[in-house]
Amino acid sequence: MNDSLLSLVTFIPALAAVILAIFLRGEEAAAQRNAKWVAMVTTVITFLVSLFILFEFDPSNTGFQFVEEREWLLGMKYKMGVDGISVLFVMLTTFMMPLVIAASWKVEKRVKEYMIAFLLLETLMLGVFMALDLVLFYLFFEAGLIPMFLIIGIWGGANRIYASFKFFLYTFLGSVLMLVAMVAMFADAGTTDIPRLMTHEFASESFSVLGIHVLGGMQTLLFLAFFASFAVKMPMWPVHTWLPDAHVQAPTAGSVVLAAILLKMGGYGFLRFSLPMFPVGADVMTDFILWLSVIAIVYTSLVALVQEDMKKLIAYSSVAHMGYVTMGIFAANQQGVDGAIFQMLSHGFISGALFLCVGVIYDRMHTRDIDAYGGLVSRMPAYALIFMFFTMANVGLPGTSGFVGEFLTLMGIFQVNTWVALVATSGVIFSASYALWLYRRVVFGDLIKESLRTISDMSAREKWIFAPLVVMTLILGVYPALVTDMIGPSVEHLISNYHAALGSASDGAAQLASH
Amino acid sequence: MIQADLNIILPEILLALFAMLALIGAVYTGKDKLAPMLTWVTAVVLVLVAAWIGLNDEGTRSAFGGMFNDDAFARFSKVIILISAAVVLVMGQDYMSRRGMLRFEYPILVTLSVIGMMVMVSAGDLMALYMGLELQSLALYVVASIRRDSLKSTEAGLKYFVLGALSSGLLLFGSSLVYGFSGTTLFSGIIAAAGEGHVSIGLLIGLTLVASGLAFKVSAVPFHMWTPDVYEGSPTPVTAFFATAPKMAAMGLLARVLHDAFGGVVSDWQQIIALLSVLSMFLGAVAAIGQTNIKRLMAYSSIAHMGYALMGLAAGTAFGVQALLIYMAIYVTMSVGSFAFILTMEKDGQPVTDISALNMYAKREPGKALAVLILMFSLAGVPPLVGFFGKLYVLRAAYEAGLIWLAVLGVVASVIGAFYYLRIVYYMYFGEEGEALDKGKSPVLWVMLMGSAAIMLVGVVNLFGIEAPALIAAEALLR
Repeated sequence: MNDSLLSLVTFIPALAAVILAIFLRGEEAAAQRNAKWVAMVTTVITFLVSLFILFEFDPSNTGFQFVEEREWLLGMKYKMGVDGISVLFVMLTTFMMPLVIAASWKVEKRVKEYMIAFLLLETLMLGVFMALDLVLFYLFFEAGLIPMFLIIGIWGGANRIYASFKFFLYTFLGSVLMLVAMVAMFADAGTTDIPRLMTHEFASESFSVLGIHVLGGMQTLLFLAFFASFAVKMPMWPVHTWLPDAHVQAPTAGSVVLAAILLKMGGYGFLRFSLPMFPVGADVMTDFILWLSVIAIVYTSLVALVQEDMKKLIAYSSVAHMGYVTMGIFAANQQGVDGAIFQMLSHGFISGALFLCVGVIYDRMHTRDIDAYGGLVSRMPAYALIFMFFTMANVGLPGTSGFVGEFLTLMGIFQVNTWVALVATSGVIFSASYALWLYRRVVFGDLIKESLRTISDMSAREKWIFAPLVVMTLILGVYPALVTDMIGPSVEHLISNYHAALGSASDGAAQLASH
Repeated sequence: MIQADLNIILPEILLALFAMLALIGAVYTGKDKLAPMLTWVTAVVLVLVAAWIGLNDEGTRSAFGGMFNDDAFARFSKVIILISAAVVLVMGQDYMSRRGMLRFEYPILVTLSVIGMMVMVSAGDLMALYMGLELQSLALYVVASIRRDSLKSTEAGLKYFVLGALSSGLLLFGSSLVYGFSGTTLFSGIIAAAGEGHVSIGLLIGLTLVASGLAFKVSAVPFHMWTPDVYEGSPTPVTAFFATAPKMAAMGLLARVLHDAFGGVVSDWQQIIALLSVLSMFLGAVAAIGQTNIKRLMAYSSIAHMGYALMGLAAGTAFGVQALLIYMAIYVTMSVGSFAFILTMEKDGQPVTDISALNMYAKREPGKALAVLILMFSLAGVPPLVGFFGKLYVLRAAYEAGLIWLAVLGVVASVIGAFYYLRIVYYMYFGEEGEALDKGKSPVLWVMLMGSAAIMLVGVVNLFGIEAPALIAAEALLR
């Protein structure tokens, strides 16, 4: 079973989507309920099967595990596998999807298509984290745009058309440059096999293009092409502007998937491609990226402070938190990268939960304006508690997973660049201010709005959706070794290879200079 | 001796005989009453000839002293031409007969133009090239204006004729220069006279003019002006035909001339083709954004797609030709599906071409809307659909030939182009409820639409094994 376990996990949701598309007919209530249950059962089964991956995964092995390989076109291969860096993202995806489906229980518009879109999206997201072939990766990476485009466009808010087009074209433009870079890598290395590309040394001699001196040569160009894609996906400042629009217009479940999983593809891409394959290019660009990250942390935190729309506020906070991730990754040391991966996982739980929190009151009041709320604590005590928990986690309160990620990335960056660390740390204060201020305005104060007098507290279904997220946030906050033990050896392997490659490249340059 | 030569062009001779017999037979019997039956018979004959050619494995043969080549490249192109012509004939039969347009000449004219196309892709000589091209074009001019009582259709025919004549003039002028400077019209002679490296200035002008004349036929920018008008004005089944088989034939012919006659001087024509490619990709992408007529939109879309196919040709390598052939095969399949859908767009029995008529189509016909969605994303080149692989092949060909700028511009154009494909999806899925289109009843169109969408989806597994024959074809051309 081990040799096709990954394909099994990946394609169970797609299979269910096909079954739904072909066999489920009608729009009546019974068909809708069936569609929901099929999606629910499928995502739960996918999660349970994916647990086998987790249990049989050997963290001490830094190579790829559960590898499967088949011939494909053009000398490319259908190759899947996971290592310490990707395995937890796979788990994050399978873990979040049942919650996403549960959060969509109240959807009434074209339920069947909705569930099909989410199931296909799950397959494509899992494929991204497992693919061990460049083109296969690109395939999953890009194909995810189609269901997400439809999810925003069909089930989104008032301004959904603009948001869906912006989302699609923005990310598409980012990734086609990556496609050209992939073609270049294919031509240079003669293979699209990711493990082999990791050991392939791309040329790093500087050259001039159109009169511009390119330090790091081909590696820098390739790095930039990949960067264009991942930076948009991440999203990094200043190419983050699609995210607030997409988040605000997407339905709750769409926002959760976007924040919890889709954004992680950018960070994963940096770790899978940019650092190991183009170490010289990454080294050339490190300072630039670090400062972009810091700007993201400070600037978007300030922008979040003045938002009127709850989803937009959380979207900007996501951009800020992703700033810690890129900062940690390009610190390129054990703490930094550990922290970045940890931050991505923890942000998956926390921001997902925050969007769900917004969804809970949006379902009741059909507005996301912060001004429309106030004093919810007197009518919704359970909600106030949960919302507070995740607000604190978002701020990075010790004891929650949010703290560990921020702390590790800051520790990593402090060893590399003190100034960046200094400025980035101020982001912690800003994030506390916007998050707590949001919480105060929505939950505390007097309940003076007439429309809120009859608002009801969370239903049992909603509570159950939050329960796993609370548990995960707490466990990871208290015992982060669960994650770091898992990723540690692979990260160490990545870091040592990265520095070794840098060392040999600079040796080579020195030798050339001495001749 | 003549026996062997005739053997080689037997498929063309038999098709020509079939066309003439059908013409005489129909004139003396039922005339237009026979048309539906004749359409089906023609389609079957075309498919049979395609099967015959496809299964023939004779290697490379040439007839009439090298004027006519029968090699893997010609066979690959012919199979695509014949099958797409047959499919388009069948697709349009119902549409045309309900409007009283289905004259018995229609399938016969299509057959004649197909014979012209077959000669084109087999041409080994400038004369054979011109004969094939004109046979094809003359039949197409008539087909474009087959709806005699419609102003738009006759206008389309006339425009096509005038501009086509201009391009033929360019081509002939170029051919005479080539003949003057190389002393022969045979491709094998020209390639020897042209030599390696760079050609003489006279031959270069000839080459440029020939390439321009052929660029008209593939509707590459800046020779594209006729395309939107002809696409819009012609009856939809005819437009579907224009978008498929003649494009493949013209592309095949262009590849043949450039490689067979000027294969030694790739660097001389590479820049021309690359420029045509870039202009086509960008104009196709940008100009389609403002279109509301789906036939005009498809015209610009086909211009853009020709740009991508030319990218493969611009590489000037065997891999580039392979990429071109794969791209064209994929493009033709997508076009067939798209036009099958456009043919079903009717309101109260009248054809509708405004894309806003698609408002909320997904709600009324979820199955067909899904198929169109797949086709549109495939045309846009979004993975995992097959259209993406076409782009991947040509990108790689261009990159490996050192045309990195071309590859980068190509992907940028594809993002711009994605916008208008998305717009169709937007109307179908996100639009407001409008007046409903008729429920399509034609099972033929349904099968074509669903089949081509399914191919776009399932083809990701191995592209139906098209890679190997395309490689053999490309190697045959560059031997």
